[in-house]
Formats: sequence, C-alpha cells, structure tokens
Amino acid sequence: MAGPVMTGEAAVEIAARASLWLKPHRIVLILIALGLVLAAAVFMRWDWLPKYYGMGLLGIWRALWILAVTCTLGFLLAVPLGLAQAAGSFWFAAPAKVFCTVIRGTPLLLQLWLLYYGLGSLFPQYPWIRESWMWPYLRQAWPYGVLGLTLSFAGYEGEVMRGAFAGVPKGQLEAARAFGMSRWRIFQRIWLPQAFYRALPTLTGETVLQLKSTPLVATISVIDIFAVSSKVRQDTYLTYEPLLLLALIYMAITGILVFTLGKIEARIPNKIG
Amino acid sequence: MVEIHRRVLPRAEIAGGFSASNSRATLIDAFVPAWAASAIALLSPVPPGWGGTLIVGLLHTIEIAVGATCLGLLIGIGGASGKLYGGPVVRDLLAVYTTVVRAVPELVLILLLYYAGTDLINQMLTAMGYQRMDISGLAAGIAVLGFCQGAYSTEVIRGAILAIPQGQIEAARAYGMSPGLLLRRITLPAMLPFAIPGLANLWLIATKDTALLAVVGFFELTLATRQAAGVTKAYLTFFVAAGAIYLLLTLVSNLIIGRIESWARRGMPSLKEAR
Repeated sequence: MAGPVMTGEAAVEIAARASLWLKPHRIVLILIALGLVLAAAVFMRWDWLPKYYGMGLLGIWRALWILAVTCTLGFLLAVPLGLAQAAGSFWFAAPAKVFCTVIRGTPLLLQLWLLYYGLGSLFPQYPWIRESWMWPYLRQAWPYGVLGLTLSFAGYEGEVMRGAFAGVPKGQLEAARAFGMSRWRIFQRIWLPQAFYRALPTLTGETVLQLKSTPLVATISVIDIFAVSSKVRQDTYLTYEPLLLLALIYMAITGILVFTLGKIEARIPNKIG
Repeated sequence: MVEIHRRVLPRAEIAGGFSASNSRATLIDAFVPAWAASAIALLSPVPPGWGGTLIVGLLHTIEIAVGATCLGLLIGIGGASGKLYGGPVVRDLLAVYTTVVRAVPELVLILLLYYAGTDLINQMLTAMGYQRMDISGLAAGIAVLGFCQGAYSTEVIRGAILAIPQGQIEAARAYGMSPGLLLRRITLPAMLPFAIPGLANLWLIATKDTALLAVVGFFELTLATRQAAGVTKAYLTFFVAAGAIYLLLTLVSNLIIGRIESWARRGMPSLKEAR
C-alpha cells in the first residue's frame, strides 16, 4: 500500500521542482536552442566526422591525460611553494615568491614557447645531452607542454596554498605542539590537511582554468583535441563546424569536471578550525 | 655570429676612446660576457637590433588590453544590471552567456569569434548590397577579448552591486531617482571599492590574454617576439626579454591599481582595521 503512495508523492515533488525550473519562457528558450542545434545538424556539413572520429577521441584522451598529470604534479609542487612563502625563512620565501610572481605575471603561451623553442634550441648544442637517455624525450613536444603547464599550475596554486597555510589558526598548531608532536607530524596531521580543505573550493576553479589552458600545447605541436580540430579545418576548409564541436566538447568536459569535483568537495568535512 | 661581433665592436671603441688606450677596451670586453653583449646587440631599439619591433608589439598589446577591458567593463555593467534587475528571459540569456564563455577555452573562443565574427559581418554586408570590408585586426581583437572579459566582469560587478548596503539603493529610490541616475550616482560609485580587486585581476588577465591573439596572427608582443626569435635564432634571449616586459607591465599595473584602490576606498576603514 505504502509503495504507490510514496512514488506518487515523489512524482508530485519532482513535478513541483520541474515546474519551478521549467517556467514557460524557459520552455520557449529551450525549444529555440533545440531548433538551433537541429538546424546546425541538418544544414552544416558533418560528413568529415567518421574520418576524424578516432583521432578526435585520442585528442580528448590526450587533453584529459595532460590535465590530470599537470594538476597532480603542479599541486605537489605548490605545497612546498606555499609553505615556503607562509612559514619559510627569507631564503626560502623570496625565491618562492619570485617564482609565483614570474609565472603569474607572464602569459602561459609565452612560457610554453620559451620552454619549447628557447630551451629546446639549447639542448642539441650539448653532445652529452644528445647521448643521454633523456634525448628521445627531449626531442618530442609533450614534455615541454607538460612542464610548462605544471609550472603554471604550481605558480597559481602556490599562491593559493600560501593563503591556505597562513589561514590555519595558530591555536591548532600550538595545541599540536603541546601534544608533543614533532614538526613533521604537525605538518602531516594538522597543517597540511586543514590547509588543503581551505584550498579545495579554489582548486575546482583552478582545475577548470587549467583545462582551458591545455589547448595552448597545440601551438607547440602536441596533438590534443584542439590540434585535431585545427587539422580538420585545414583539410576540409570548414570554419565553423570543427570549432563549434570543439567548444561543445570543452563545455561537456568542464561540466563533468565541475560536477565531479563538487561531489568530492561535498564529501570532505567542511568544519575547519 | 660574425654580424653580432661587428655590432659589439662600437661599444668597445667607445670605451677605448675614454681611456685612450687599447688594453682598457679589451678589459671591458672581458668583463661583459659574450652572451650578454650579443643579447644587448639583439635587443637594441635601433634597426639592426629587434628592440623596436618588441616595443611596437608591446604598444599593440597595451592598446588591445585597454580596449578589451573597457569593452568588457561596459558589457559587465549592462550584464550585471540585466542579471539583477532584468526580466526572466534576459536573466536566462545572460546566464547562458556567462556560463558558456567561462566554460570554453579562450583560445577556442578567440578563433571562433575572430573568424566567425569577421565572416558574419562580411556576409551581412554583401547581403545588404555593400562591399566586403577588411576588419582591422585591432578592432577584431578588442571585440573578441572584450566579449570574453564581459562575462567575467558581469560576475564581478554583480557581486559588487550585491555587496552595497541595500538601504542606500532604497533611499535613492525613495528620493525618486530614475534608474539611470541611480546607476550613475549611487550604484556605480558605491560598488567600486568592492569591484576593484576583481576588475584589477581581470585587467591583469587581459594583458596576458592578448598573447593568445598571436595564434590568429595579430601582431602583438608575443608574435613580435616569435618573429624576432625566428629570424635571429636567438629564441631564449627574446622570449626571456618578452617575459621581462610582461612582468614589468604586471608590476607597474599593480602599483597603479594600489593607488586606484586606495582612492576608491577613501573614507572607508582600511582593510587591516576592518579585520
């Protein structure tokens, strides 16, 4: 007996929520948007899609892989950068500060070109580098892309972590010291976790910004999804279709990223000292 | 390398002229390392060096950044008013605008708007019977970056307007001010101290986003650098120099922003006291 009643109530609630969101003008707007999408699907040329399908998927995979690697490495680098600025002596704080200022004060495109064209043109001059095991990697473009994006993420996130480390209340650290914890243990159990929770909301935003920076690696000849769309434009002489699809793909990735990180954020305790 | 040496020589000669002995010149030459001498020669602003090209690029960069920030500010004021006081349709459309612009990479937006925008304008012109016109890269760049900036400044200004004590706006309405006068006399001046940190950040982002226009071939600092580096093969020198110029632009901006902020916050308790 209870079953149908419950589902009835649930249905009413869902309907109420939907009617709250689906106001008449929104239905019209959604219909117009659907019409635009349909018009784009019918009147624009999409016959190139099957040919570049596999390449596109590989490009998306590369972009996501670069995003994951650079965010992880960048964050690992940001922790010492933030700690040095928040608590280090002058000799640690000053270089970290300079690094963050330089990274945040220059365009990422320029940093990538500096690494790829500048450093890349230096390496071949030294025979010992050309004979070392690193050479096969240094000849490719992606290590420079990964390095550039990692340093950029570390620079921006280092500044965030500085604020997060400085924002942990002194009392917490003093209490930990009163318990007789060693410095490393205080850092590991009290300081880092609390700073991390503080930095978490900005971390989502930084990750989305990092995703939006990944297409720049295409300018140093890494074949990510942006480079695939450029190739389609060159091959087919189409202007709009590949770019519109590309924008849609990035919007979808951003949406998934924001949703997933939001879920993770909601699971982490938000009561910080 | 030969040409670089030829350009370094006059320096040594000038130094030698003062001391009137040749040994002194070689001494100074020994103190200035070869790489520094060649970098100075490459970066000199007179034609054999490429400094002039970089300066022209920098001027274009500043032009675009100023234009884009101003356009973004106008869009932002309009967008924030629309989001706060507009009807339901306007609000939804603005929400779509800010969400899409903030979710799609700037590089993709720039390509899309740069090619699509100029193409659409020309198609409209030919449809209306006018001749196709060449849209200047400067105007297109300002329009494209301003459109991107507009989405961000809409959010910044919306937040700043919401931070104004509501009583001020109610009092202005009670005085019978028209919406335009209210915006000009109360809302804009009152929201300024709350908006300036965010807008300053947007200005810094604008100066750096101009570099993305290099990808569509607009001649600004980054593209100028790349051309100079490509011709002379001195990649490291030029990219480091351009980085230093961008950094200088940021640091000078920070100084000016600090001044503007203290001016906008005049009469308010300082941030340190407020805490």
